[in-house]
Amino acid sequence: MKSVNHSTELLKILPHDDILQQCMHCGLCLATCPTYDLTKMERSSPRGRIYMIKSVARGEMELSDNFAEEMNFCLDCQACETACPAGVKYGRMVETARVVIEESIYKGKFSVKLKRFLLRNVVASRNSLKFVSNILKLYQKSGLQVFVRKIRLLKLFSTKLYEIEKLTPVISDKFSDKNIKEIEKPEGEIKFKTAFHFGCLMNTMFADINQDTIDVLKSIGCQIITPKEQVCCGSLMGHNGDMEFALKLAKKNIDVFLKHDYDFLISNSAGCGAFMKDYAHLLEDDPVYSEKAKIFSSKVKDVMEFLSIEKLKLKLKLKLELKPEPDQITYHDACHLAHAQKITSQPREVIKNIPGIKYTELEEASWCCGSAGIYNVVRYDDAIKQLERKMNNIKKTGAKIVLTGNPGCMGQIKFGIEKFCSEENLQVMHPVTLIKQLINK
Amino acid sequence: MFGKTNFLNMNSLIKSKLKSLVGETNYFDSYEDRLVYSYDGTPTLHQMPEAVLFPEDEEQISQILKLANEEKFAVVPRGAGTGLSGGSVPVENSVVVVMTKWDKILEVDDKNLTVTVQPGVITGILQKEVEKIGLFYPPDPGSLNVCTIGGNVANNAGGLRGLKYGVTKNYVLGVEMILPNGDLLKTGGKNMKDVAGYNLRDFIVGSEGTLGIITKILLKIIPKPSETITILAYFDKLTDSAQAVSDIIAAHITPSMMEFLDNTTINCVEDYAKIGLPRNSEAILLLEVDGKGSAVTEDAEIIKNILQKNRASTIRTANTESESLKLKTARRTAFSALARKKPTTILEDATVPRSELPVMIEKITNASKQYDVMIGNFGHAGDGNLHPTALTDERDKKEIDKAHRAFDYIFNEAIKLGGTITGEHGTGLSKKHFLEKLAGIPGVEMMKKIKSVIDENNILNPGKIFTISPKCEGSLPTRREQIKDL
Repeated sequence: MKSVNHSTELLKILPHDDILQQCMHCGLCLATCPTYDLTKMERSSPRGRIYMIKSVARGEMELSDNFAEEMNFCLDCQACETACPAGVKYGRMVETARVVIEESIYKGKFSVKLKRFLLRNVVASRNSLKFVSNILKLYQKSGLQVFVRKIRLLKLFSTKLYEIEKLTPVISDKFSDKNIKEIEKPEGEIKFKTAFHFGCLMNTMFADINQDTIDVLKSIGCQIITPKEQVCCGSLMGHNGDMEFALKLAKKNIDVFLKHDYDFLISNSAGCGAFMKDYAHLLEDDPVYSEKAKIFSSKVKDVMEFLSIEKLKLKLKLKLELKPEPDQITYHDACHLAHAQKITSQPREVIKNIPGIKYTELEEASWCCGSAGIYNVVRYDDAIKQLERKMNNIKKTGAKIVLTGNPGCMGQIKFGIEKFCSEENLQVMHPVTLIKQLINK
Repeated sequence: MFGKTNFLNMNSLIKSKLKSLVGETNYFDSYEDRLVYSYDGTPTLHQMPEAVLFPEDEEQISQILKLANEEKFAVVPRGAGTGLSGGSVPVENSVVVVMTKWDKILEVDDKNLTVTVQPGVITGILQKEVEKIGLFYPPDPGSLNVCTIGGNVANNAGGLRGLKYGVTKNYVLGVEMILPNGDLLKTGGKNMKDVAGYNLRDFIVGSEGTLGIITKILLKIIPKPSETITILAYFDKLTDSAQAVSDIIAAHITPSMMEFLDNTTINCVEDYAKIGLPRNSEAILLLEVDGKGSAVTEDAEIIKNILQKNRASTIRTANTESESLKLKTARRTAFSALARKKPTTILEDATVPRSELPVMIEKITNASKQYDVMIGNFGHAGDGNLHPTALTDERDKKEIDKAHRAFDYIFNEAIKLGGTITGEHGTGLSKKHFLEKLAGIPGVEMMKKIKSVIDENNILNPGKIFTISPKCEGSLPTRREQIKDL
């Protein structure tokens, strides 16, 4: 352990001491915390973590393995922020703590270096991500994946690796930055001037959803600008201790998008949307970018948030399909939509407005599914416990389609279907995909 | 290696004995683990324990207590740690015994209408469980989604529905607990009548973990009322709302809930919950009537008339169950929501006879002006139980001092009106200085005597409710201040 003065370092990154002081340790967050629910121990609760962060920041406690473990055990789902009547910014605190942990005690550690390298150079670079995705595609298409799974090759190395391999998403045939034109225009008059951020995972692994988003937006009269020079939103880096790099990406996106004329910047990935809405706060002290970031963030809208404004118009576009047995549908709240962006009612309003579906509310709908960015890869065992709980709740609804607005959740729930309810005829879908399927041609 | 204040009072031999008693996986003494059990929900109070234990069965608890008697260390029982009087804040040279993993509902007896639970069961979960079969466990403290039944029993917790349905003590039929000497005490049972010997059960309820560690609880449950109407009334004048409360009680109507929020509280709650509360009103009342059939609607009409007579500017009725739930949930966040104004919220629960409510509300407004302290006021108006909350900052000693002086004034006024210093939060550490004023010297002496007989070495949650002076150990006090709170 290095003997740097972490307290000042931590305080330097946090905007001010008040953010720490605001938690009055009433404990109302405990009931909503997925990790506290697992351990029933205060150290795995938001209140406990804040108390520890406070002690480190005030120089009363040193950084330790226990401290790092609890900060990383946290899913950063921010359900506690939704529960907190005092408005404590827990996510900000825990993310800052992660930065300090990575900057100091674990800087030299190989796994941290590797994670940082992968996030910076693969995920954040579109060409590298496409390159890796193409290799994955080859792996999946050539039959190698089937072969590897069949002979359980990875089990020879470790059971966990064997399981994690199943989490690798299916790579899309065509990436959406190739498919989507830089300016897409609706058939009739332009009613909304929008821009579109296509995300990293959405671009390579869920390219169809991007296409669906564009089609749905066009159907209600949106012009959509999708600048090719846009970059990764930076959320995965920001949440995993590399805020410096995340802010570089943020500035690049601000520069790219603000060159164009639009009123709404649409995102169909909850994690990206939440992070881009947060640029305003993250850059509030930046002399050059603070004002630009405010403008940029104020225009960001999740696609379902945007569609709810025009839900009646949208309804008219849909086929009035009255099936004898309507599809049972349920909705899972992505944490970064429900807790980070506080968007819970809008997607439901839009979904319930779709003719010919039967909607059942999911119990504990806003309880984290365990995906949590890259949590399900780096902390597989912990993530799987949350996933099992989620899948049990989904089973109880009797739904055939689970809708959710985040690629991470989609991948995780898809994996959950294979692992926990393979016998059931269940699929996971982004809400825009369902809407796209019902649009009158 | 874990930090500065790693000085331990307890010797390692005792620690290793404790570790072998509960097992390695249930024993924690890292700096981090001790730190996160150094507080509960009470502002400004904290003290590190020497170790944190999660015993698995009665025998382990019994052994811990026996060892505490032999080695003279203190044992502090704890549930979810949401208490507001410091009842589960550790004391010097203590270990914390955490009961959160004892979370099984053992039996729901729908023939006798009872439920048997372990102490770590969360109150809200118990309520949902019995409501599934049409039954009802009414006590509903603000923290019901987090707090444990064990803590509720130890503090005789109240809540929003206390007015009509009473508090925790009205539902406890039996308790099992480990006494300080390690013996298992079983008292009470499923009988609706039972007068054999002293009523130990009621004596245990509200004893704040000073007489034993509760391991099993038998509770009474009742049929769930079929009809509920929730009413929200806005007032331009604080005194009008207080008068409306008195008038409703005087009209011989017992709502199941009659909650009061002042303007400061309204605004903080609205900032959080965003449910359209009137930001400009001086006060609101949230009322609920429940029961069967037409009686409920009749009561609701009478209440609305009284509200109107007392110049309520708007009277709203919740149309759906979810709207009513939203209003109640928002009310439950009041205390924590006040932290939006200032980081340290010191909450008290001065309680007066209901007829004195208008006077008490005025006294609290006086205190705020006289001592220059921002005070948010809300509470269970229907049972005279107010929660004046000082909004301060613990980093500012002067501010805290002013808040304490304001509360001295408030408590004195409450006692003068025939009230009490705490309606539902307990005495714990934060109110023990006022206990003698309220209970009188003979009253407190009797409590101390009982405690000394049951807990000879004063090992179980010592220093809570009152301080028992050590008989002939350590140095004698030399200054007046040192003996003030003996």
